[in-house]
Amino acid sequence: MSRRARLVFFAAAAAALAATLGAGLAGLPSFGSQITSYARMLNELAPRQRHVTDVVSAISFDYRGIDTLFEEFILLGAVTGISVLLRPLSDETRQLAQDKAPDRTIPPPSPAVWLLAVLLSSLLVLTGIETATHGQLTPGGGFQGGVILASALYVVYLGTNYVTVERFQPAPLLEATDGVGAFGYVFIGLLGLLAGADFLSNVVGLGVTGNLISGGTIPLLNLVVGVEVAASFAILASEFLDQTAVIRPRRR
Amino acid sequence: MSVLAYGVVAWLFLVGVYGVVTSRNLIHLVVCLSVSQSATDILLLEIGYRTGGHAPVFVSLPAHPGAAVDAVMQALALTDVVVGAAVTALLLALAVQVHKRAGTLDPDELRATRN
Amino acid sequence: MSEAVIAVALVWVAASGTAVVLTRDPLRQAFVAGFFGLGLAFLYLSLQAGDVALSQIVVGAIALPLIVLLSLAKVGKGRG
Repeated sequence: MSRRARLVFFAAAAAALAATLGAGLAGLPSFGSQITSYARMLNELAPRQRHVTDVVSAISFDYRGIDTLFEEFILLGAVTGISVLLRPLSDETRQLAQDKAPDRTIPPPSPAVWLLAVLLSSLLVLTGIETATHGQLTPGGGFQGGVILASALYVVYLGTNYVTVERFQPAPLLEATDGVGAFGYVFIGLLGLLAGADFLSNVVGLGVTGNLISGGTIPLLNLVVGVEVAASFAILASEFLDQTAVIRPRRR
Repeated sequence: MSVLAYGVVAWLFLVGVYGVVTSRNLIHLVVCLSVSQSATDILLLEIGYRTGGHAPVFVSLPAHPGAAVDAVMQALALTDVVVGAAVTALLLALAVQVHKRAGTLDPDELRATRN
Repeated sequence: MSEAVIAVALVWVAASGTAVVLTRDPLRQAFVAGFFGLGLAFLYLSLQAGDVALSQIVVGAIALPLIVLLSLAKVGKGRG
């Protein structure tokens, strides 16, 4: 189909889609007028029932915990797909830049960059752990904390070079951590079954609202999801870095 | 306000699809797809908004806090944002491998079969 | 007051989303996409969604620019 024909077809389809979208969106209640009764009920009940102050975390990891399990597996599947796609192909080889020209070394990073990287990565690790563990009290949680933890490794790469960052993130360790994180979620769900209730029900002691350890299984699930998301994003960056830095076409 | 709010959602979605249709570079295409994806997140949060509401976090509230906004929609949008980034990364990995095999990133010049 | 903030955020998001699509060069588009991500985070914050805004900030400022720039580096190197 030529470009012009494709554009004409798209214009017709977009007009039809815009009309349908407009009709559908016009049927919604006006912006800001009301929220669903399910949400109103949860806002009332969640702090009392689960002893948490952040209702969004309670919904993600307790009331709708099964949805978060599936989202986590989507993340795992996407990262597995990236690992498969970016593997060295049959006509490629892994070769560090030093091996290609052994008499020339990569210049070390300047002291200012290195210092900044050390400071930033330490701060990012602390912030990541704090966000992941305080998910049940304030906005935050496993997903955000995990990405912040992974970004500490990105900063290490930016401040040093490929060889250093690969020492911090050996691929088998990252993959094992990812698997442990994903399995940990299922395991905590199975604890509910073992205790005689439903899968993923909150069977650990609930604690006092406002304390760090409150909400039963919610902080545990936050930690497990944080570990899994951090490992996933670290694998993601490491695969792309390998492609850029070491994987080269095999010279005959 | 409703027209602006929901109109931006429809506009972003259609603009993203237009970018995908008329793209000449696979990496540009993937970023346009992520623009479309964010339109759905905005719609979720707009449905869950209540005028004068506060965030559904019940700590350090003032004396008369009023009602809170919808927390279920926020829980849905939260995981959507993170997983959307991972799927975008998967598409970019595909684009990188396509470039290696076909030598070009132009969707119009890609062929279904290799010679 | 909050309605005005939401309206400003919506206009910012719509304008920068259009700019992302209309920027054809992928390297420049990465910058504009960062601006778009910031607008999205501002919109989510004005809609009283703190968790989602935090997610958008960490993803849009860290993960997405990194993978887009690494892909561009790999593709550019293959060409040269």
